[in-house]
Amino acid sequence: MTAQQARTHAIDMSSVLRGKGNQDEQNETCIKVENLNLFYGEKQALHDINMEMPKHKVTAYIGPSGCGKSTLLRCINRMNDLVDSARIDGRILLEDEDIYDKAVNVAALRRRVGMVFQKPNPFPKSIFENVAYGLRIQGVNDKRILDETVENALRGAALWDEMKDRLNDNALGISGGQQQRLVIARAIAIEPEVLLLDEPASALDPLSTLKIEELINELKEKYTIVIVTHNMQQAARVSDYTAFMYMGELIEIGTTSELFTNPKKKQTEDYITGRYG
Amino acid sequence: MMKSWFKSGAPWIWLNAAAVSASLIMIVGVLGLVTVRGAGHFWPSQVTRFSYQEEGKQPQIIIGEKVDTSITPAAMAKSTGFKMADDEDTLVQFLIKTGNRDVTGADFRWLQERNVKEQSDPADMMVVERREWGNFYGQLIEVKESGKTIATGEQAWPVLQTKIKDALAVFKEIAHLEKKEIGAINYGLERLRLKQKKLELENRLDDAAKRQIAAEKAGYEDQYKQYQTQLAGLYQKLRLDSLVARTESGSTVEIPLAKVVRAFQPNAMSLFDKIAHYGTKLVEFLGDDPREANTEGGIFPAIFGTVMMVMIMSVIVTPFGVIAAVYLREYAKQGFTTRLIRVAVNNLAGVPSVVYGVFGLGFFVYILGGNIDQLFFPESAPAPVYGTPGLLWASITLALLTLPVVIVSTEEGLARIPSSIREGSLALGATKLETLWLTVLPMASPAMMTGLILAVARAAGEVAPLMLVGVVKLAPTLPLDGNFPFLHLDRKFMHLGFHIYDVGFQSPNVEAARPLVYATALLLVLVIVVLNLAAIVIRNNLREKYRALEG
Repeated sequence: MTAQQARTHAIDMSSVLRGKGNQDEQNETCIKVENLNLFYGEKQALHDINMEMPKHKVTAYIGPSGCGKSTLLRCINRMNDLVDSARIDGRILLEDEDIYDKAVNVAALRRRVGMVFQKPNPFPKSIFENVAYGLRIQGVNDKRILDETVENALRGAALWDEMKDRLNDNALGISGGQQQRLVIARAIAIEPEVLLLDEPASALDPLSTLKIEELINELKEKYTIVIVTHNMQQAARVSDYTAFMYMGELIEIGTTSELFTNPKKKQTEDYITGRYG
Repeated sequence: MMKSWFKSGAPWIWLNAAAVSASLIMIVGVLGLVTVRGAGHFWPSQVTRFSYQEEGKQPQIIIGEKVDTSITPAAMAKSTGFKMADDEDTLVQFLIKTGNRDVTGADFRWLQERNVKEQSDPADMMVVERREWGNFYGQLIEVKESGKTIATGEQAWPVLQTKIKDALAVFKEIAHLEKKEIGAINYGLERLRLKQKKLELENRLDDAAKRQIAAEKAGYEDQYKQYQTQLAGLYQKLRLDSLVARTESGSTVEIPLAKVVRAFQPNAMSLFDKIAHYGTKLVEFLGDDPREANTEGGIFPAIFGTVMMVMIMSVIVTPFGVIAAVYLREYAKQGFTTRLIRVAVNNLAGVPSVVYGVFGLGFFVYILGGNIDQLFFPESAPAPVYGTPGLLWASITLALLTLPVVIVSTEEGLARIPSSIREGSLALGATKLETLWLTVLPMASPAMMTGLILAVARAAGEVAPLMLVGVVKLAPTLPLDGNFPFLHLDRKFMHLGFHIYDVGFQSPNVEAARPLVYATALLLVLVIVVLNLAAIVIRNNLREKYRALEG
């Protein structure tokens, strides 16, 4: 697909989105990033990021490789805490609470902010146990509750019909696309408020990608979704808002239709028309 | 030409192939030698009757098994003092196992082939395995019961066999009574004694306690008396019967049946008989206690001790190694200190094992064991309980010795688990501990098993440290028995590796014991193989279960 086609496609999508977006003008903010700087050792990876992500909408981060979009995403559930050299200043507010506050329980935060990674990473357990994992660590062992939650989560991830007869099979034996939806099911089984998707379809074939995208459209009814993608068509197709990042800086954020049809910054325009590598 | 051949890499491939072949040949060679020498030991060999006359001496008859043949060049033989005729190129000598140590004073003798005038394998040659003095070779004359002859000549052989069977049954009963029943009484009495002494030490030995102890003691003694009369009767039965046989020199010898393990006539045996004989010998070897300073009989206590020690060691080393590795890999801040610790751990694996033995003796046995005795077993002083080498200390010493292997392989296993799995778990709200416990450790379990396999392989074959911390030549009781608390970690035990050393180099009769050394070595290898195979099967199952996402 050429950049030209991409843009036309984006316009098609955005007209749909715009119609929808108009229905609830007063978007409630779910996540607010304030003056966020992130350093890996001496190197600064994020420069003074300020942005807001509305509730029950899909926000996409786009930008070239290494621009910091994944890093920003991983700040939202404090995955960067795992990196010893990472240092953060600034604030991220989830429902007006600073998630970097000392009093915050990181495990509890991650229960509220689920995450799906680029490569499907099911545990080497049965499909059932994969989905039940989050509940089990919360101490839920009631078979009835587990059964019910697993079924709902798998239905939510559009996987129930494929998996209902093989719940006890090893999760590593299913296809990549199914694995990725399983991982999404695993994430929504604990009913988070926010779902972070880090290039969820980049390792998948087109058909699986389509399924994931359809799934994202359904999931935003219940969850605030932030998605990182290097695929602009995908951003255009699935998101309501898009943020363009470059070299660790947030260049521009706006509704997807606006950003793709009428970018305010030259860098954004260059990127979406394919003038960057 | 040469240069391009070098460049093509062909010599490198040849070199690799040669190294692999050399290793294979060595392994096959060792196993083959041990198997052939060891497994052949139980096969009944022909008993030959030699007419032998040395120059200028009286002719004599020699009966025995041909064990070995040595061929010496004439020149060398001459230089060692043999007289050689001019037309003789070589000196051929046979090593003959003649047995009858009680009569001749030696089990073996060398015969020169040139002096053997005649040899034959008469069918009536009899081998008697005895409980003392080694084998007897000769011809059966008669069987006696209570001093009276009951069978001679042709009938003697079948009568002897039934008599031996009866005697063995009685003997088994005696062994059972002495070891099990009286052993339990002795154990009980010892416990009573300790109890009394403990009460004395604590000043709680009042009249009631005294009376109770006296009553229990009386009970044991009554039992003991019963068994004693029973035993006396059995011994009486045994002592009465005997066999009379003629030795090679023509003298007659009377052997009480109480001393006979079995008698057989190898020259008259059919192939089937020999196979049956082989089977019984093998069962005896695997299942019985040793006799005659370990040179005869079985090695069951050694097998049992080896397996027991390896198992206890595994139980100790696995948790320690895994916990250490988890801390090093998952929790400790990586830096100079962790590097230093890793270097230290790796070097620990290179410390000579006897050093561990010395450490085990000095620290575990004397310091730890001594203090345990003072604190918990003051009543048994001055006799030590844990302050002396024993199974527990041997296992702990070997656990220490194999700890580096477990740590290193567990660490490698932990390092191989993709970070995406950890992140997946953490992203679901699991804490680090939950992630470790529910996902990471199960996935690293095959690596832990690999470490354990290496540890077992090393520990089972280790001898040097064990000599210092608990292995003995002959342990009267197994570390596991029917007396409470069943598992006696303070007891000394026997070990296959030490058994090989003891039988092969410390026994009074090295020549006779040599095949047994091979057989024991073969068994040690087999025990290690079986232990390893068990661990490998477990590991492969785990691996299948936690097939990592690497693919």
